[in-house]
Amino acid sequence: MVRLRRKTTRAEARALKAEERGYVSRSQGQMIWSAFKRHRVGNVGTVVVLIFVVLAVFAEFIAPYHYGTQFRKYVYAPPSVVHFRDESGSMSRPFVYKTKRELDLKTYKVTFDEDTSAKYFLRFFVRGSKYKLFGFIPSSIHLFGAVAEDGSTAEFFVLGTDSLGRDLFTRCLVGSWVSLAVGPLVVMLVIPISVVLGGVSGYYGGGIDMFIQRLCEVMLAIPGLPILMAMGAALRGFGFSAAMVFMGIIVALAIVSWGGAARIIRGQVLAIREMDFVNAARAVGAGDMRVIVRHITPNVMSYLIVNATLTIPGMMLTEAALSFLGYGIQEPMTSWGALLNAATNVGAIEQHPWILVPGIFIVISVLAFNFMGDAIRDAVDPYSVV
Amino acid sequence: MIPLLLVVSLISFILIKIMPGDYLTTARLNPVMTAETLQARVERYGLDKPWPVQYLYWLKGVVTGDFGVSMDTQMPVFRTLFLGGRLMWTIIVASTTLVLTWIFAIPIGIYSATHQYKASDHTVTFLGFLGLSIPNFFFALVLLWMFVVVFKVGEHGLGVGGLLDARFFDQPMSWAKFVNYIWHLWPIWVVIGTSGMAGLIRLMRGSLLDTLALPYVQTARSKGLAERVVTYKHAVRNAINPLVTTLGLALPNLVGGSIITAIVLNIPTVGRAYFSALQRQDEPVIMGALLFFSLFLLIGNVVADFLLAWVDPRIRYN
Repeated sequence: MVRLRRKTTRAEARALKAEERGYVSRSQGQMIWSAFKRHRVGNVGTVVVLIFVVLAVFAEFIAPYHYGTQFRKYVYAPPSVVHFRDESGSMSRPFVYKTKRELDLKTYKVTFDEDTSAKYFLRFFVRGSKYKLFGFIPSSIHLFGAVAEDGSTAEFFVLGTDSLGRDLFTRCLVGSWVSLAVGPLVVMLVIPISVVLGGVSGYYGGGIDMFIQRLCEVMLAIPGLPILMAMGAALRGFGFSAAMVFMGIIVALAIVSWGGAARIIRGQVLAIREMDFVNAARAVGAGDMRVIVRHITPNVMSYLIVNATLTIPGMMLTEAALSFLGYGIQEPMTSWGALLNAATNVGAIEQHPWILVPGIFIVISVLAFNFMGDAIRDAVDPYSVV
Repeated sequence: MIPLLLVVSLISFILIKIMPGDYLTTARLNPVMTAETLQARVERYGLDKPWPVQYLYWLKGVVTGDFGVSMDTQMPVFRTLFLGGRLMWTIIVASTTLVLTWIFAIPIGIYSATHQYKASDHTVTFLGFLGLSIPNFFFALVLLWMFVVVFKVGEHGLGVGGLLDARFFDQPMSWAKFVNYIWHLWPIWVVIGTSGMAGLIRLMRGSLLDTLALPYVQTARSKGLAERVVTYKHAVRNAINPLVTTLGLALPNLVGGSIITAIVLNIPTVGRAYFSALQRQDEPVIMGALLFFSLFLLIGNVVADFLLAWVDPRIRYN
């Protein structure tokens, strides 16, 4: 026995034992982790998801304005152009010009031009509108802003403004709260319901199995999106607050999705129930509860995790579609889909193409979740040789 | 199937009734409307009767084939929802999209599996994921925008959105008209198809990879068969089985995706009529549409089951 003079970490102790033994043993968690790290695309996806989470958590700090602030003078203003070269052509600190709004009295066309009289440099940690970081820390410092030499500020619209003159970049950041939260929240509702119902149905069989299966069939016969639209219309018509509508949407999405999940879990439980180790446990005298908790659930777990990470993108897309149609998130909350509600016809897009940008956010985040889920699936699958 | 449809119709009815207001909400707010006219309308639409009675009336009508009269257009629901070519176009759009998705996804999946881990496999997988991640409506909008603004097709005499260019409306069917239909339809195929294709490609690839690892494939190769014969004649035919099961599950996506795309691209389908009816709370049309979607789903599942039994002989003998 090797005597050690200082406290060793578990990893070091493990390595020492490995030297003695001549081989390395890894736990299931370690194997999953190393397989996950090998999936390059999945790692990129995970990083992107984490970036989005950070953006969402610090949304009000990163955003230059409050998401409800309307700049009446700058309705549908295009994105501000950041200049890196000054008039003489040499490199300078990034700056923007103030946007000038001109109304041609003959054609009634509104054009936005740059007012090159004053330069407003981009600075970090600028004082702006008040907000509460994380919901309780009062602050008024924003990540960036456009400030001139004399201290006056200019409006800096990273992504332009919408029909009420609200900064689109700010609204995208705030909209990420809803868009990113919908997936995990729905999954948190669906997993308990489907595991309990699917598990009971698969394990006990018989009458309760038939009953739950009929229930699942009904749920699967309901056409998903049309019913969600009707539910969204009902929620909207009730005049609830935006937060209640949000919770209502989550519940509606969970109601529509649990049927399929329960059926699949039932199939899994059925398969595992017949396996030898379960029979062995029962032969030794294990009761139902012990078999379920100690034997069946861990085997279903890996599938559950994979299923969860792969349903999240689907939920995000569905919520975006609902909000786009007007039956999802209501004002004053926004989500990326709701922001796209302003882009329903080609005329609007033609004149202000920047209102399509929230869609790009959706694509990137859904793609990232898909890659992450794919990596998790490959890592958790015990039969794939990576 | 019938009990399922009954339950779905009941759920739909309850949902509609829970919605605050009804078709006459705007009429009630109208100051010109007198109390008698309002009452007459309420009675005509049967809105004063208790809910179960309203439902039973509707049910009785459905059983005899009468889906009621649209509150909005005063025309039979059947006509509003289905006629004017709506049903035909819905089925055409859904079936052509499904067929095209399969025609493209299967070969791509086979290619991806046979060239595993090469650059082309990674590219195809990535493109598949991309198609899966783009929301249908966003894709449709971007396509519209690209055509109108970037490629300026309007200047070439081609329209986007809708089914036909205006000049073809009254003309009899001709080659040019047919081509015009295709021109208006292909954005829909692309939009709805890309999301379905991604999943199919992944499935085909995974299934074929599993099949190619089986012993009988090794036997076929050692018999001296060409690789192509091994792949197509033996492996692919067995690898397709799991995909057929997913046909049933693909239908809800098809229904949902086609609704949104039809709204954005202005194609007259049942889904679009449903959307308009939902906005006006035109109850009979909503009920009829939900029933139709449900029926579509169930029929699709039955067809998928039959297909699976046809393709996989092991199931028949169960």
